[in-house]
Parts: sequence; C-alpha cells; structure tokens
Amino acid sequence: MTLQPILAALRRHRLATVLIAMEIALACAVLCNASFLIATRWRQSQVHSGVDESSLAVLKLEGYEPAEAVDLNARVLSGLRSIPGTQSVSVINAVPFGEHAGTAGITLDAAGQHFGGVVDFYTGGPGSFQALGLQVIAGRAPQPDDYQPMHSFVPDSATVLVTRALADHLWPGANPLGRQFWVDKFHFRVGGVLADLARPDGGEGGPTTIQWSVFVPAQPGAQLSGVYLLRADPAQLPRVLRDARDAIAKIAPDAVVDVQASQTISRLRQRYFRQDRAMAGMLLGVIASLLLVTALGIVGLASFWVQQRTRSIGIRRAVGATRSDILHYFQTENFLIVTGGIALGMLLAFGLNLFLMKHYELPRLPLFYLPIGAIVLWLLGQLAVLGPALRAAAVPPVVATRSV
Amino acid sequence: MFAYYLDMALRSLKRNKVLTALMVLAIAVGIGASMTTLTVTHLLSGDPLPGRSAQIFYPQVDPDPTSGKQHQPLDMMDYRSAMDLWAAHRADRQALVTSSALRLVAPGVNRPPLMAQMLSTTADFFPMFEVPFQYGAGWTARDDADRARVVVISAALNLKLFGGANSVGRTLHLKDTDVRIIGVLAPWRPSPQFYDVAGGRFADGDTAGFYAKPEDIFAPFSSSLEINDGAFNAFTCWSPPDPGVKLQDAPCVWVALWVQLTNPAKVAGYARFIADYAAQQKALGRFVHADDTRMFSLMQWLDFNRVVPSDVTLQSWLALAFLMICLFNMVGLLLAKFLRRSGEIGVRRALGATHGAIFAQCLVEAGLIGLLGGIGGWLLTLLGLWLVRRQPVEYADLVHLDAAMFLLTFVLAIAASLLAGVLPALRASRVAPGVQLKSN
Repeated sequence: MTLQPILAALRRHRLATVLIAMEIALACAVLCNASFLIATRWRQSQVHSGVDESSLAVLKLEGYEPAEAVDLNARVLSGLRSIPGTQSVSVINAVPFGEHAGTAGITLDAAGQHFGGVVDFYTGGPGSFQALGLQVIAGRAPQPDDYQPMHSFVPDSATVLVTRALADHLWPGANPLGRQFWVDKFHFRVGGVLADLARPDGGEGGPTTIQWSVFVPAQPGAQLSGVYLLRADPAQLPRVLRDARDAIAKIAPDAVVDVQASQTISRLRQRYFRQDRAMAGMLLGVIASLLLVTALGIVGLASFWVQQRTRSIGIRRAVGATRSDILHYFQTENFLIVTGGIALGMLLAFGLNLFLMKHYELPRLPLFYLPIGAIVLWLLGQLAVLGPALRAAAVPPVVATRSV
Repeated sequence: MFAYYLDMALRSLKRNKVLTALMVLAIAVGIGASMTTLTVTHLLSGDPLPGRSAQIFYPQVDPDPTSGKQHQPLDMMDYRSAMDLWAAHRADRQALVTSSALRLVAPGVNRPPLMAQMLSTTADFFPMFEVPFQYGAGWTARDDADRARVVVISAALNLKLFGGANSVGRTLHLKDTDVRIIGVLAPWRPSPQFYDVAGGRFADGDTAGFYAKPEDIFAPFSSSLEINDGAFNAFTCWSPPDPGVKLQDAPCVWVALWVQLTNPAKVAGYARFIADYAAQQKALGRFVHADDTRMFSLMQWLDFNRVVPSDVTLQSWLALAFLMICLFNMVGLLLAKFLRRSGEIGVRRALGATHGAIFAQCLVEAGLIGLLGGIGGWLLTLLGLWLVRRQPVEYADLVHLDAAMFLLTFVLAIAASLLAGVLPALRASRVAPGVQLKSN
C-alpha cells in the first residue's frame, strides 16, 4: 500500500493530526518515566536486609535512668528469656528498617584526612550476631572476647565486620580483612565480611548506600541498653512479642515501652517502604488513566474522520476497494500518526528524565524503556482505531451513488 | 446574546450525549488529579506565620573548628553561643528552642506512664509565634531566670489526660520532678513545624517528618535542663563527645535561636551583632571561622531545608502533565464536535452571523463543558484528598480543600477548556457558508 495518498489526506487535516501526535508524545514521555520510577522504587524495596526477618522482633524501652541501665538489662534479659517460645534475647542498638542509632562518618587514616563515607554502626551484645542470622563470606564471626565494653556510642577499639558493599567502596579490589578505619579517636579493624546488612532508617547518601553497615560486638551496659532483639519461631513470633510487651509491666514497671518501634522486623520493613508502595500505586493509576484518556481521544477523532469521509470511502468501495483495504488504510494512517508522535515522544522522554535526574536524583533512563513505550503506544493506537476503522470498512459502496 | 449562546450550547451538548460525557470526563479527571496534588503542595509550602514571617529570623554562627571545604555554619548552635546571643537581648524578641523526650505521669489520672515530647524554650516563644492559648498563659522572663517548675501543655495532651477540661494549676510528674501546669494551648498545628526545622537538606527529599504535630509539653529552657538532665540529644557533633561531659560543654550543636526583628534597620543591626560576636569569639580562641555567620528569614530557612517532600512536588508535576494530555484530548474532541455541525454553522453565517459571533458561541460551549468538568473535577478532588488523608504520613490530617483551592478548581477548569476551545472555535468560525449550504 502506498503511503502517498495517506500522507496527502493527513496534510489536509493538519490540526487534528498534530493534536494526536502531541498527545502521543506526552503520553510516551510520561509513560517511560513513570514506569522507570515504579521499577526503581520496586527494586529499592527488594533490598536484602541480611537478617532473618521472619524470626526477629525488637522491643524498645524508654524513660529509665541511665544509672539503672545495667540493672534494667539484667532484669529484662532474664525476664524475657522465660517467655515460652523465645529462642534468644540479646541487647542491640538498632535493627534494619528501625530507628537509626549510630550513624557516623569514617576516615581511612588516623589523622582524619581521607574521608570514607557516612555509615551506620550496629553494636550488639553476646548472642545478637547469631540471632540476626548474618551470613559471613570472609573472615570470621565475632568471638567471645571480641565483645568490648563501651563508653560512648561504640567501643574505643574493636574488631568488626563490614558488609561486602562497604568493603568494595572503601578498598576497591583489595582484601578488606585486617584493614583499619577510624571515627575520630575510635579505631576499628576488619575481622570479617558480611554478605548483606541493610542500614536502619535510610541514611545520608541515598539508596546506593543502603548496605553501608558495620557490626561491632560490644558489652551491654549504660551505653548499650533499652533495645532488645527477640528471636522466635516465625509462627510464634507475634505472640512472643505481645507477651514480651505485657511482661515489661512486671519486669520493669518504670520503663515505658515504645510501641511504635517495638515490632517484628517484617512489620518494620513494610512500614519503611509504605511510601514507595503508595507512590508506585499512584503512578500505576496515572499510567492507566493516561492510556485510557489517550485511547478515548483517538477513538473520538477517528470516528469523526470516518464520518467526514463516508462519501469518499463509499466511492473507493464502489471502484473496487475491499473491506480489508479500507481497514488497512485507517490502520496505516493511525500507525503513521502514532509513529510521528513517538519520535517526538522519545525526545520528550529524555528531556523529562534529565529534569527528574537533576531535581529528584533519579538514575538515567535505560534505553530499553523507549522501544517498550513505543510498542505499548502503537498497540494502544491500533486497538483504539479498530472500532472506527471497522465501522468505515462497513460503509456500503452504494453510498457513492446517493447524493444525500 | 449570552443567554442565546448558552441555550444553543445546552442543546448541542444534549444532542450528542456520548461525546459530551467523554469531554466532561476527560476534563474532570485531569482537573481532579491536578487539584489534589496542587492542594497538597499549597498546604505544605504555605507560610506558617502569615503576616509575621517577614519579621522572624534564624541567626547562625559557626562554632565548628574542624576546617572543611563546606565552611557553612551548622544548622544549630552550641550551648555557649546560643546562651550568649539570647542573653544579650538585642532583638525585639528572642527564643531558644530545643526538644527532648521524657517520661510523664499524671497524678490522679489512671493511666500508665507515657513518653512525652518536650519543647524547651523561653518566654518570648508564645507571643513571637502567635501561639493560641485556650486556658491560662505562658510563663514570664522571671520564670526563665528563676528556673521555675511550670509548663504549658498542648491541646492534644490535655484531651488525652484530662478530657479537655481546664487543667491550669494541676500537677504533672515529669521524670522525677513535679511541675505545675500554667497554660493549655488551643489546637495549634503550624504547617510545617517551622521552629523544629533543621537538617532538611540531608534528608534526600524525605521531609514529611517536619509536618508532625507539635510537642506535648512546653517548658522553660533553664528548668528543662535540670528536669531532663542527660537526656537531650545533640543534632550533630564535630568530634565525638567524651562520656561524662555534659551536653552544655560538649563539642555538639543542639540549640536553635529564633529572633523577631520588626524593621530592616534592626535586621542589619542584628546581622552585624552576630558577626561581631563571632569575631570576638575568634579573638578569644573559641571559634576558628568568624566570617560565615548567616541570618535567614523564616521562609528562606524553610526553602534552604527543602521542607516540601520531593514526592509531593513530583506528583504535582505528573498531575500537570496529565492535565496537559487531557487538554489536548479536549481540543481534538471539540474540533470534532464543532466541525460535525458545519452545516448548521453555514446556515447561521448565511443568515448574518459574523465570524466573531460563531467564535463566541463556540467558546461559550467550551466554557460550559469546562463548568461541568469543574463540578466533576471538584468531586474527584474531594475523593483524591480523602485518599491522601488515608496515607500514613505525618501531614495526612492537614489535608483539606480550603476556599481558595475550591475557587481555583473552577477557575482552572473553565480557563483550561476555554484555552482548549480557542483553536477549534477559530476553525469553526472560518467555515465557508456557501460550501456547506450546497452539499449535504
């Protein structure tokens, strides 16, 4: 089928053609970027926390005097261990997706000249490393004499475990075991490498730094108290957590349970990503409405054109065009317009992506989104024009002979 | 003539109900989405102190001795600098602000102890920020100096503990101290909680926390340091604090200073004052950098901290792009609608209607569709805002459709459809009567 007559016909209806093309172009730009946003957020929400989320819960106590902290730890640990179903109770400062407790900038030299990044420090008492279920891929897990007392937010000097992502960032390509880093006067030596350990509550540096954590074994005391890690069988965990919350009233009556922060880690994870889920839902709604509105626009305009050209369609049928010729004519016409719109839409999509990159720290749009967007819009256009095109094909040749 | 055009428009709309419904729906959906996101953005980025915000300033000095390439003052001040500047009383009003949490027991009320948020501030806070009282009043400068054990509680706490009654004179047990309630606030919900805003530029756009409800308890700064000793958290420290060193002497920043300056001469004077203070401290050896003092106004400080969550502005842009698509749609459908009636237009022109008359009548029709779309858009906006209120974010309960946004809904709908109708109306008015009268 030659394109010449189709293009000639379109040139006579320039305004409507440009309108559909602009609509398709805008739809392409929004579609590509919105799908990319959804994919990015979804990928971020699939982050590996590195811990056994389904078996762990955290209990947070507040409102007690720091001088009573050691006594509180002892009472709470022995009291909670007696709850049936509890596999272990240990003291820790924070958990993945919970509130952050030990965020600090690290340097690669004692003088503090080579800045390494801002990381989160997990300080855990005896039993916490095993309870978390962290996977060690190099070096060794903390030994009993690695658990040092703390006088500040971390011990003065400790053998620690870092995540693989953090080790690759600080010492790319080199063996991290035995390496050292500092936080001002605090000195750390890498004794092991973990596969994954997500930071609590986001952190400075954006989603690419979500795995920048350090596990520091430490002795519970005045500086490490109030937050307790409970491990139980996944089926029993909700009941164990409820029993633990109720037991605190008897074990430590003057402490206040922070109900918001005392949840299972699965629940904390759900809450952490709820904003991303809401955003993804809204974007899906926008994409659906967008496609619907664009389709309706094409249907409306195509119906109008068919009605306008009824006479010429009749003439064509009278001189020998078949029904499928007419159908293909309208489908090809729609294909050409949508192609023009997509060509402009690709440029708009890139422009929109550059804008989003600058203001919302989105990564660059991968190229494969453009052909996918193009195919979706082509399909949409063809489906939308099918109805009016079939109606056009049904115009009988006798219309050509009538003068009304 | 307008009534005649309106009558014609109504008839034409009724004649082709499907097409009309499509157009009204397209405009309604576009307006609904845009107005929902615009309303949320408007509520979150508004002025929390209308009429007063131009007089409120946030002075900053740089006590951090570590030399970095940033060389900007930290978001808060350390204890010495804040107390020195506040005690100088150089502004019309000044208030120190910091917050902490502590255990609260209400004697005589049968409730378990709870953790309350306490705002430690000075007497000027209440008049400076126009905080409304329901019962009682704030404390005086004398109470600040005497470290009096008095507090003001929020409406929410009053409701929770005492059922909303007049609780002035009652006692609360904060940690180990008994304090007396001397004032109860009326419901107060500034958007954002501007006096607590700091560090927003490090939050990566996740700033919904700045729109939380105000603190439960307001206590004099000097008293609260004694009541809640040891439980104040630093905003940040430039070197790790030694354990056992009180926060007042630690290398940390944790206190904010707000001042009210009622005319530009005083503003310049106060800026000079903090610069002189920094130079003096540098001479004394306490400061290293004396040239980076700064004083933002309230709105500048909120902008600097990027308080509007980035998700909210992103949604606004998306909604506007969606509205554009709906508009293009409407242009096409209006074009179809008007040109379908070419015969009728030809007859009218032959009978003496001018180009302008046809143009005006087509615009009235577009405007009428806009009005109907506006009504649909208003209903969809109410639905959209209801959905936003169900989201688990801190600003969810702030979201409602106020009078300005309600008017804007209709103005936007009618303006958008008039704009969409211009091109089709032009085309329709240029229809040649002769051709239309001859053919069928």
